Amino acid sequence: MEVQMHKKRLFSQIAAASVAVLILAGCSSSSDSASSGVPKVDMMKELGAGEGQVNIVAWAGYVENGSTDPNVDWVTGFEKETGCKVNVKNGATSDDMVALMKTGEYDVVSASGDASLRLIYGGDVAPVNTDLIPNYADIFDNLKMQQWNSVDGVAYGIPHGRGANLLSYRTDIVKPAPTSWGSVFDTNSPYKGKITAYDSPIYLADAALYLMKTKPELGIKYPYALDQTQFDAAVELLKAQKPLIGEYWGDYLKHVASLKSGGTVLGTTWQVNINLAKGEGTKVEGIKPVEGSTGWSDTWMISSKAKNPNCAYLWMNHIASPAANAGVAEWFGEAPSNAKSCDLTADKNHCATFHAADDAYWADVYYWNTPTEACLDGRTDVKCVPYAEWVKAWSSLRNS
Amino acid sequence: MLDSIATTMHKKPRLRLIALLTAPVLWLVVAYLGALATLLVTAFFTIDSFTGNVIQQFNLGNFQDMFTDAAYKNVVLRTLGIAIAVTFICSILAIPMAFYMAKIAKPRSQKVLVALVLTPLWASYLVKIYAWRSMLEPGNGVIDWLLGPIGISSPGFGGPAIIIGLSYLWLPYMILPIYAGLERLPNNLLDASGDLGAHNWYTFRKVILPLIFPSLVAGSMFTFSLSLGDYITAQIIGGKLQMLGNVVYQNFSINLPFAATIATIPVTIMAIYLWLVRRTGALASM
Repeated sequence: MEVQMHKKRLFSQIAAASVAVLILAGCSSSSDSASSGVPKVDMMKELGAGEGQVNIVAWAGYVENGSTDPNVDWVTGFEKETGCKVNVKNGATSDDMVALMKTGEYDVVSASGDASLRLIYGGDVAPVNTDLIPNYADIFDNLKMQQWNSVDGVAYGIPHGRGANLLSYRTDIVKPAPTSWGSVFDTNSPYKGKITAYDSPIYLADAALYLMKTKPELGIKYPYALDQTQFDAAVELLKAQKPLIGEYWGDYLKHVASLKSGGTVLGTTWQVNINLAKGEGTKVEGIKPVEGSTGWSDTWMISSKAKNPNCAYLWMNHIASPAANAGVAEWFGEAPSNAKSCDLTADKNHCATFHAADDAYWADVYYWNTPTEACLDGRTDVKCVPYAEWVKAWSSLRNS
Repeated sequence: MLDSIATTMHKKPRLRLIALLTAPVLWLVVAYLGALATLLVTAFFTIDSFTGNVIQQFNLGNFQDMFTDAAYKNVVLRTLGIAIAVTFICSILAIPMAFYMAKIAKPRSQKVLVALVLTPLWASYLVKIYAWRSMLEPGNGVIDWLLGPIGISSPGFGGPAIIIGLSYLWLPYMILPIYAGLERLPNNLLDASGDLGAHNWYTFRKVILPLIFPSLVAGSMFTFSLSLGDYITAQIIGGKLQMLGNVVYQNFSINLPFAATIATIPVTIMAIYLWLVRRTGALASM
């Protein structure tokens, strides 16, 4: 009995000691603290030979190799030409993409503005040497060196394309056709329980945008620069909206399936969802409502820990080339970033439809951006609510 | 060389024991307990609000946030409610089925029935839940189509759907322990009870139930803990409802410390549950 007790005590002592050692080991690893300034990450100086593969985190529909639709493929040609095999991981939201890039397992990411700044300041991406990307020269000037893809005159990525979040609706069920975001915020909506919203904290900006246009007394000038009062008003709007929502969508294929089955008849969407739904025979349309919309201007960025940097640069140059950029823009349903792509789209009106060169259209599209404490609209008399608080508020809203 | 090792092992039984135990103990302590401990320690860290990098400084902020926000209390209560409902429904469904399998079915049919109960476990979790999604689809799902004519409509996506889905998934885990427990139950006890004048229901309450209580507990540990941590079912057929697992899932990529904080809740609940179970003495007789 005594030997038993001794063994038991010995065992538990060993177990406790091992656990303690592990905890200490975990604690002693260093973390990047980058709350002041951008971490110093080296920029690649010259291009070498391809490494044989490239690992990409991308929005669904950005990296198509013919498996979704045999006619939609701008990857196979690239693989043959450069010998870089493309491995793609779709991110459902910007938060997903930031998390994936932090693992260091991926080389390239197509980051929207609500991810790009976080990646830059977190030291997860490296500045891009645009001299190594010949196609950079043809990109629309008003997409280069913007607030979300450059810091202090240093470029952190290659502009991809841009689009607006649209209001989708089933043309055979929602009558009359909606024209305003009010239709998804209307507490007396006849479509209660069949409305959807994008499942990400960035959706708060959509609420802020609606308030910007319908409640000017709140003084919101930019949906990503919200002081506490404005922020609380946006949260209240979403709380009032919640009973109307059937499902929040993060997976675009689930949304397409929902639109097709009629489980969702109204709500935020991407053009690619509309295109896929129409392809399956669903009677659906997407519009930019009168208040304007949130949108995204995506940037291809290279990881600071990229294991395949040469293939990464080759990919970024390829996706920015007129042909590939045209292919993506048409498939996804967005405006291309390469000015020469407009001549190469199968639908000659594509650029016109998506307002690629129409600056007036983008005047009321507010690209996803990363809210910071320093107000993005330039106000210095108040503190704005940073993205971490958006995440908390969103989590609270979704769980209540 | 092997001979000398064999001889040493034979002479030193403690060395033999240590050699045998090293691999499993390493697995338990390092891989399992160590990982759990690291996760729980992370609950006391915070993240830089802009970059999202973890700041490894002891901080009770996450716990404060969790306790002050009513939304998280709601999630915990909701998840507990679902777990209890699922355990209850599984028990109610499992006992008659297990009783039939153990006591009434012919020995040959018994084997077939056990195999049939196990067969759903061969299908992927996702396949089963997506099947439920299309069945529960409001308007054009199978349930509406089948029960519509008699006036019952599908509950749609939400809490009831989650409970139905989870009960379906965990039912085999409840049936098998109860079946094993009932098999061990001597038939002469039931005969004796009848001879002494007990009705069927009385026999069930006073003879069978106490004897299969340990099996019920064993089954409930599966259904309760699996439901407590589930997040996929809620995502697919839960509509906009969230369970504890969903909160962890949403937060682990953007705010790992907070996700770890939330994760301490199911761990605590299970610890309390197991302590209560231990007090009832069910564990001793398993």
